[in-house]
Amino acid sequence: MYSNEVGYNSKIEGEVIVTRADAVVNWIRKHSVWPMPMGLACCAIELMASAASRYDISRFGMEVMRFSPRQSDCMIVAGTVTYKMAEVVRRIYDQMGDPKWVVAMGACASTGGMYRSYAVMQGVDNVVPVDVYVSGCPPRPEALLDAMMKLQDKIGNEPAVKNLSKEPVTSVAS
Amino acid sequence: MIDEDFVSLLLKGREYLSVLHQEDCLTLQSDPAHIIDLCTHLRDEQTFDLLADLTAIDQGEDASTRFIVVVHLYSLIHKSYLRIHVNCLDNLNPEVPSLSGVFPAANWHERETFDMFGISFTEHPNLKRILMWDEYPYYPLRKEFPLAGIEVPLPAADVSEVTGANVDPAPMMGGPFVSSSNGRLSEAEPRGKDESWTEDTEKLL
Repeated sequence: MYSNEVGYNSKIEGEVIVTRADAVVNWIRKHSVWPMPMGLACCAIELMASAASRYDISRFGMEVMRFSPRQSDCMIVAGTVTYKMAEVVRRIYDQMGDPKWVVAMGACASTGGMYRSYAVMQGVDNVVPVDVYVSGCPPRPEALLDAMMKLQDKIGNEPAVKNLSKEPVTSVAS
Repeated sequence: MIDEDFVSLLLKGREYLSVLHQEDCLTLQSDPAHIIDLCTHLRDEQTFDLLADLTAIDQGEDASTRFIVVVHLYSLIHKSYLRIHVNCLDNLNPEVPSLSGVFPAANWHERETFDMFGISFTEHPNLKRILMWDEYPYYPLRKEFPLAGIEVPLPAADVSEVTGANVDPAPMMGGPFVSSSNGRLSEAEPRGKDESWTEDTEKLL
């Protein structure tokens, strides 16, 4: 059976672990996701709640919220993305080092939500590639935790070098 | 005390001022030229020293006076609001003197009103858009502007080039959500109007 888990039984295998490079790299990556809290509206409050003691996102190894895109590898877009802000979201995304992932948290970031209007971008996936969408307005912290676990599964199942070096030509970071 | 004496004293010697009859609070109508004098008087002599709101009304393209700037003042002594309607004389290039010299709080309110309605506030220290980006070509709260928006380029050309994103009209299907103000409470809750028209299909009348 196919598995990405790193199994080690010292009684059988002695001092040697045999595994695949992808499995090791992904195992490291998915248990130390450093989120970049892109809090744009009320969803950011739920994002803070999921980091606080009651829901405690650190149980999954992703409590290190970095407010600098240079230090983080998962952008959680929490809130309404206006057209004016979309530019900023894209630039911050480009400033994050590869590999990187994006979670669209809540109805607004996923689809524009209740804001069917001239000012709001109808989904942040218009400017950045989204890995996980979370429904809810705002989503419960449990929903965000579930999404982050789904992201961990996704990280664990992708080729480790897939998104390592993107061409800087397509970047608008500045 | 806001009573008839107060009103008649206020109107005395101010031919440009008239009283509009509205249910909730005293409403005056003024012309743009005297609005600064009027507000200075109300602030210094009549204790209406708190600018509660400043916005505008668009009466529609066919109205004789299209834009009305609405100012709400509050007096902590009278414990009462006072509303001033200022009719913009020009429908195409509406202009009103800025109140930001009288009430500093008017600064951002006037920028928002400029942003949404395109009303110029003369002598404003920093009259530029506050919500939409600077190059945005429309005034979104004008009556002829559709709620879904109008297609324009994204504010950042380089981001638009990389992502292909654009400022597109929003889909109107199943919305917008409104609640009726009358009728039974159980029937007045917000619900989506069946506007099965989008930016591609015309609305059926």
